Order: sequence, then C-alpha cells, then structure tokens
Amino acid sequence: MSIERDLARLSGELPSGLSEGVALGTGLADGFDLYESAIGQVVVIFNTLGVSSVDIADDRFPERHTERFRRALLRAEAPSVWRGLIPEAIERGSPGRLPVDLRPVTDFQQQVLLTTATIPKGEVRPYGWVAREVHRPNAVRAVGSAVARNPIPLIIPCHRVVRTDGHIGNYSLGGPHNKIDLLEHEGADPERLETLAARHVRVRADNASGRYCLPTCGVIRSVPPARVTDFRSVAQAEGSGLDPCPVCRPAD
Amino acid sequence: MDDLTEALSADLGTAFPTVVEVMGKPLFWGLRRICGDHQEAEDLTQETFIRAYRALEGFEPERIRELQLRPWLWTIAMNLGRNHLRDRSRRPIYVEMTTEVGHEDPEPVDGAAWDRRLSGLSESQRTAVVLRHVVGMGIFEIAEVTGRPEGTVKADVSRGLSRLRKALEAE
Repeated sequence: MSIERDLARLSGELPSGLSEGVALGTGLADGFDLYESAIGQVVVIFNTLGVSSVDIADDRFPERHTERFRRALLRAEAPSVWRGLIPEAIERGSPGRLPVDLRPVTDFQQQVLLTTATIPKGEVRPYGWVAREVHRPNAVRAVGSAVARNPIPLIIPCHRVVRTDGHIGNYSLGGPHNKIDLLEHEGADPERLETLAARHVRVRADNASGRYCLPTCGVIRSVPPARVTDFRSVAQAEGSGLDPCPVCRPAD
Repeated sequence: MDDLTEALSADLGTAFPTVVEVMGKPLFWGLRRICGDHQEAEDLTQETFIRAYRALEGFEPERIRELQLRPWLWTIAMNLGRNHLRDRSRRPIYVEMTTEVGHEDPEPVDGAAWDRRLSGLSESQRTAVVLRHVVGMGIFEIAEVTGRPEGTVKADVSRGLSRLRKALEAE
C-alpha cells in the first residue's frame, strides 16, 4: 500500500467537547453547572469572562435563560482558573476574586450591583442607602429595578437590600420566602427585621457613643438594649444631635 | 464551501457552528499530525475557531462571502502554532510513546507509528506532507498558508515522503 494512501487515513473524529469549547469561547453559548446553596440547588451560568447569571435549578431554567439572554446553554465546567471560587462566593454572598460578567446591564445598574456586593453578610441595607452610595440619592426607584433585575443573585447579594420602610420585600430568585431563608441563614434575623419595620424603626442610636446605625449594623447590635434609642428616620436622629455610624453610613 | 460563506455573511452566529462541524475534523487531525500532541492540537483548533469568529465579527458581509475559508483558517492556525512552538522551545522536546492513555477519542489504526515516523521529519517537511496528504491541500494552497514558495513546498513534500519511505523500510 502506498504511503500517500496511508497518510490520507490518518484522520479520525472531532474530539468530543471541541465544538462546545468553541461555542463557549466565541460567546455563542454560555456554560452552566449546578451548585448547592442555602436555598437548595442553583445553576451557575458563565462564559470565558466570568459568571454571568445564577438561577434556580428547576427544569425551566434553560428556557428562562434563552428568553432573557438570547444565547444557547451548554453543560460545562467553568474555566479551571476560577472554578474553585464559585462555591465560596455563593456561601459568602459576594464575588470576592470570582470574575463576574455584567456586560448585559447598564453602567448605572453595574454600579448598583457592585455596591450591593459590599453589604456585609448578616446585614441589610435599604434601597435609599444603595442610591446614596452610588451618588444618585434621588434614584431610589431606578436602584430598586436594577436590584430586582440582578442577573447574579446569591453571588451579588441583592437579598441584602430591603424596602425603605424596613420590610424585607420581594425577591427574584424563586420568591420572597427564599430571601427570608437566606437572611435567616446569614444570621440577619428576618423576624426581628419585620418587627422593627412594623414599629417604624429605621435607625437605632447608641446613647453612650452618640452615634446612630442601621438596625443590622454590627456596631449597634453589640450595644446592650438598655443603651439603644430608636428613631423613625435619619433626619430625626440628626435632629437629636447624633452622628452617623462610620461603618454602616446610615441612609433611609 | 460557497454556501457556507454565504450563510456566514447572512447570519454569522447561526452559521458558525456548521463551519466548526465541517472544517473542524481536517483542521484538528492535520494539526494533530503536525504537532504530534493531542491536547495541543485540540487547544490550537479551538483557539483557531475562536480567533476566526472574532475576526469575522468585524468583517463586512461582502468580505465574508469572498473568503476562501480553508486556507484562511489554516493561516490563522499556522500563526497560532508558531507562537505555541516558540513558547515550547525552551522545554525539551519529547515524543509521546504511550498512545493517548485514557483518552476517549479513538486514534486511527497505526496512528502512533505514523506519529513516530513523522517526528523524524523536519518541521517544514512534516507540515508540507501533512497538509498535502493528510488534509488533502494542493501545493498552491500550502504555499499560501505556510508563506513559503511553491517550489520549496513541493521539495518539502517529496523529501518528506522519501524520508518516510526510508523509515518504513528500516522498520
């Protein structure tokens, strides 16, 4: 047999996974993998740039993904460089060093989401606080809709943003009971938050230091109850000659 | 091929997976025989398609329609391959003798023996022989993708083949 004919036979099949690798690398498809969280199994969706969304792992998530992002979805392993950071980012409720891809949202929405990611675990902030932090104190409604459309819940902890009246409010990832479960899991005591909201408490002051905090701030939570005075607004606390806590920087 | 560039120019995102399907096999196996390493060939193939897609995103439809897809893809692959080789040049080169341990993609019969024989050729001879006889390109096309004169390519192919013949006889 001739060498030429032997050489012509030196091909085989396309290696498995190669087409998928190209689809992910070009951005024609997103990859997904399943992870455990405090509210059950979730699907983490990613591309080569980072994690792009998180959803409940029910049987309709592929449809929701295609509808919202107009891209195909393939089961795949996230890039090995940051794959290992995903479980801790979910548990911690902030990206940390995990890259996130927020290209589908506007610059303003990105700012809102990145600010949301700075809220410590076990604490909550009202929409007005986020608006003040992004230097748009009057854009409370816009902040609300940016948070509601957070593509990466759990890792960008929009469950830590609550209504201005202090009530816990709605949650996009499977409904409000998940928000309560998450806050419970993180030690934010949602029942207590609802009680304070019902009593119209927005900020609480430490009589000894003369500083007022948001109710979940670690500073005020370590103060004995007898030393705490409640206020219905930041203005009321200011009017009493108190200073804002430099840690939680209260705003309503 | 004309249908493919036509489809690409009309809707890049929808048509591109077909390009991978049609062009992927010869591209991968050609690279696999040239570089002698399965994983590296896989990386190169994937990277070639990703670069190609990014380039196509910036092309006018007219330019896409006129593209000669195969030589264009191979030109990208050869350029990437050169950089890969440069990155590798500080490391000692070894020939992998165990045939794809635990790899799920079946090797064609005798693949390992041919890898060994091909590894005895110079880089340019091996490239010319593989493009001519494994991938099935003409001399003109090989000259285009390797950036070498046709006469040189022709000489590389025939010298490479006679080396392979000698290697076979010596076995």
